[in-house]
Amino acid sequence: MSYQIPKFRHPQLPVNALGYTKADYEGSISTLCAGCGHDSISGSIVRACHELSIEPHKIAKLSGIGCSSKAPTYFLGKSHGFNSVHGRMPSVVTGAAMANRDLIYLGVSGDGDTASIGMGQFAHVARRNLNMVYIVMNNGCYGLTKGQDSATADEGSVSKKGDANMYSAIDLCATALQMGATFVARSFSGDKEQLVPLIKAAISHRGFALIDVVSPCVTFNNNPGSTKSYEFVREHAEATGTVDFVPMQKEITTAYEPGSSHEVTLHDGSSIHLYKMDEDLDPFDRTSALINMEKHRTAGDILTGLIYLNKDSRDLHDVMETTRRPLNTLTEDDLCPGNQMLKNINDSLR
Amino acid sequence: MKQIKSVNDFVIKFANVNGTGSASANNMFAKALFRMGLPVSPKNIFPSNIQGLPTWYEVRVSEKGYLGRRGGIDIALSVNPQSMAQDIQEVEPGGYFIYDNTKPLDLRLIRDDVNIIGIPLTRICNEEYKDPRQRQLFKNVIYVGALAALLDMDFKVLTDLVADQFKGKEKLILPNIHALELGHQWASSNIECPIGIQVRQADAVGDKILLDGNTALGLGAIYGGATVAAWYPITPSTSVVDAFEKYARRVRIDPGTGRKNYAIVQAEDELSAIGMVIGASWNGARAFTATSGPGISLMSEFLGLAYFAEIPTVLFDVQRAGPSTGMPTRTQQSDILSTAYASHGDTKQVLLFPSTPKECFDFGALSFDLAERLQTPIILMTDLDLGMNDNMSEPLAWDEGRRYDRGKVMTAEQLEAGVEFGRYLDVDGDAITYRTYPGTHPERGSFFTRGTSRDEQAVYTEKGEEYEKNMLRLMRKWDTIKQYVPEPEVISAKQKTDDAVLYFGTSEEASREALDELAGRDGVHMDAMRVRAFPFNDDVKQFIEDHQQVFVIEQNRDAQLRTLLMAEFEFGPDKLKSVLCFDGTPISARNIRKQIKQYLEEGAPKPLHLTKITSSAGESA
Ligand SMILES: Cc1ncc(C[n+]2csc(CCOP(=O)(O)OP(=O)(O)O)c2C)c(N)n1
Ligand code: SF4
Ligand SMILES: [Mg+2]
Repeated sequence: MSYQIPKFRHPQLPVNALGYTKADYEGSISTLCAGCGHDSISGSIVRACHELSIEPHKIAKLSGIGCSSKAPTYFLGKSHGFNSVHGRMPSVVTGAAMANRDLIYLGVSGDGDTASIGMGQFAHVARRNLNMVYIVMNNGCYGLTKGQDSATADEGSVSKKGDANMYSAIDLCATALQMGATFVARSFSGDKEQLVPLIKAAISHRGFALIDVVSPCVTFNNNPGSTKSYEFVREHAEATGTVDFVPMQKEITTAYEPGSSHEVTLHDGSSIHLYKMDEDLDPFDRTSALINMEKHRTAGDILTGLIYLNKDSRDLHDVMETTRRPLNTLTEDDLCPGNQMLKNINDSLR
Repeated sequence: MKQIKSVNDFVIKFANVNGTGSASANNMFAKALFRMGLPVSPKNIFPSNIQGLPTWYEVRVSEKGYLGRRGGIDIALSVNPQSMAQDIQEVEPGGYFIYDNTKPLDLRLIRDDVNIIGIPLTRICNEEYKDPRQRQLFKNVIYVGALAALLDMDFKVLTDLVADQFKGKEKLILPNIHALELGHQWASSNIECPIGIQVRQADAVGDKILLDGNTALGLGAIYGGATVAAWYPITPSTSVVDAFEKYARRVRIDPGTGRKNYAIVQAEDELSAIGMVIGASWNGARAFTATSGPGISLMSEFLGLAYFAEIPTVLFDVQRAGPSTGMPTRTQQSDILSTAYASHGDTKQVLLFPSTPKECFDFGALSFDLAERLQTPIILMTDLDLGMNDNMSEPLAWDEGRRYDRGKVMTAEQLEAGVEFGRYLDVDGDAITYRTYPGTHPERGSFFTRGTSRDEQAVYTEKGEEYEKNMLRLMRKWDTIKQYVPEPEVISAKQKTDDAVLYFGTSEEASREALDELAGRDGVHMDAMRVRAFPFNDDVKQFIEDHQQVFVIEQNRDAQLRTLLMAEFEFGPDKLKSVLCFDGTPISARNIRKQIKQYLEEGAPKPLHLTKITSSAGESA
């Protein structure tokens, strides 16, 4: 059972450029466990979309199966949503994006949904550079089937059952990078200040944008010994730097110390400012990004923030040279060649 | 020695080595007969191999217009030493075995009831050409030239055909005509021409065309307005998407911008291909995928989602011999049950069964209307025989005034005007509900699509009554669907009879011929029904009820259509008898006639697995 959140509009609630309050971007009341990291991520998505003044119906939210994949019910109630099958969200988004290039596609998945059953589709949607935001709510376990280790669980990490994971962990950021993703970031469900601008930047980016968000499962994997617990992540997160997102309409108000920041204009005209960056990391260079991730992994901490951005990204529609009109708006007049052509074809077959 | 004598009615089989360019020469032969006004049905019998293994090309020539396989070979033309032993065995007594006698024939192969004709093809080529590639290619053209002399074909038809075929590559015309002449001359001056089997100009093809079903399907998708195609390569379905792309490049380029009014994605596998189709259709585009049996298995989970969440989905299944990789380049109709009930849970899927390229085109285009009108997967079931062979067909046509049926889609204006919207709310009483495309209206009409149970407003629920209510509505929708799918076709016997046959797809032509033979030679008269879709409508039920016994003819081991008929209508096994062929070759008329006669004369045959194997390939009367 789910409930629509009652919509009392407080007259003093801040409205965005479209006149919407944040509540207009919310969904039904969550049925996830109290304290689940996934709910915080939903909150960040709501905030990012509200602050970006996105028309809610211009976003489509799609997911696979899992607690994480249920989350789209709990945000963006005015948007169309699609809870598809386990591990196959990327293909459904690919089809949807082919049909209408004008919507924003927000894919939500879990670490089981992405790194195990959906690994193939994840790799291929990244390599096609589909224009979408792909958020993994990564808790190192299968929440919905009661806590089995997932493929992102670190070797040696102990879940609630008490057994240490014996297998090497898949790093989704590294995988996405190698597959050709053009925007790669990692964050933590508990760090909204970092996550919200990352989501905004990912939405503005044209191409495949992965945000791997560590999102503790309070019920099955938040115990001592787990490397995906709130405590562990708070202690071991190392940020690449801070990302400030400046929407297209806004002028820059923050003053940055010269030399400490890097401004990047995104495809839709908005820009991001990266500052106080890790000196070794060049987020515009794939090799540097990979090396840095590996360094942090070896040191046992979690590199968060924007890890890689390709400023010259060409998305799948660019590569395929599809028409700029959404394909779903074409009619018989655009699509059907008429009987004369068939007559010619018939003649050539006699 | 006996010599088969016939005019405009015979079966010839070419035996070649895969990858030696024989296909185009063999095609030329068939096409030339077609241009002489003779119905032909050429069939490629090829291995799952790119180069080196034996391959055959069987052409049925029938002025009467029988296009199925007859069974038996009148002329074998063998240029493949690997398969000669088998090839000569297949020839009917009194038939002809033509071979390359540059090397002498193994004496053990010689049959004294077959007319053996040697032509030194390799020697002629070696004397004429220096380049080994030319030697190989023109060898094929030379035997076509020789055949023209042996069968008394109109040589001009061949030379005209060469000129047409190489339009744009004029340099190739003369060398090809020269090779034809080499063969023709050698045969005319060394062999007594013509032989007992001959061809004459006829007038039996009218305005018909020669086309493979997959190209027709690709064109159907173009005319049906598909804009998104997602697929994963698999024989024998690959050429559907190839054809779609070929024509899309011609007619779907936006004249102003040069950009494409279509998107083709080669997916990483079939799971992904069907997922893309579902995503695109959910979002209001017309989309399709094409696959074969193994792909159907992979798509099954998604097909359940599309059925339950009611998402238009178009899927073309070009069937081949399974299970697993089975015989990937051989034909069967063996995905009937795996598609009809595809997916877990209670599912029923709509199937269409075309029999000709014209129907591939028509049903292909229709699939998109049906999918959107009925909001469910439409699975078009063709097979390798129809899909990859040139089939004689009615010409393709499109009604200029035809508009696409986009089904029940609520618009922004309707939502704005306050029309009630519930995604799974049956307002019209036909069990088909309204949908909205994402992005339609800022405030109204959004909904959440899921494979999990939900109420009429698409809100998640696990209440048993709501789930049941929805599943029962889907059953009512199944009844609605029966009014939309192509109705069956009935051919009544010339005399009143209690016996009937029922068939679908590519069993049509051989069945038609078998029925004529049974009536003409055995005095057995039978009514016939060709089923063109599942769900079956009440006409199918009535037809079966009206007859004492109905032979269900199909190309699989397990009598899958018969099972479907028994399951849907609760007919007992006594009523429905099976005529089956599953050796990977198209079913032949002789095979059908033999099985039916056996039944009528000897009663129920032994269970299939206890009978002796009689491959239909060498079937003789
Ligand atoms: C084909 C298939 N296999 C198995 C399942 C059962 N299942 C549901 S959710 C899930 C794991 C989800 O894990 P994850 O994606 O990490 O999501 P989480 O619940 O942890 O957020 C599994 C195995 C399924 N729904 N479908
Ligand atoms: S089981 Fe874990 S992942 Fe699922 S809702 Fe509860 S806390 Fe979240
Ligand atoms: Mg998980």
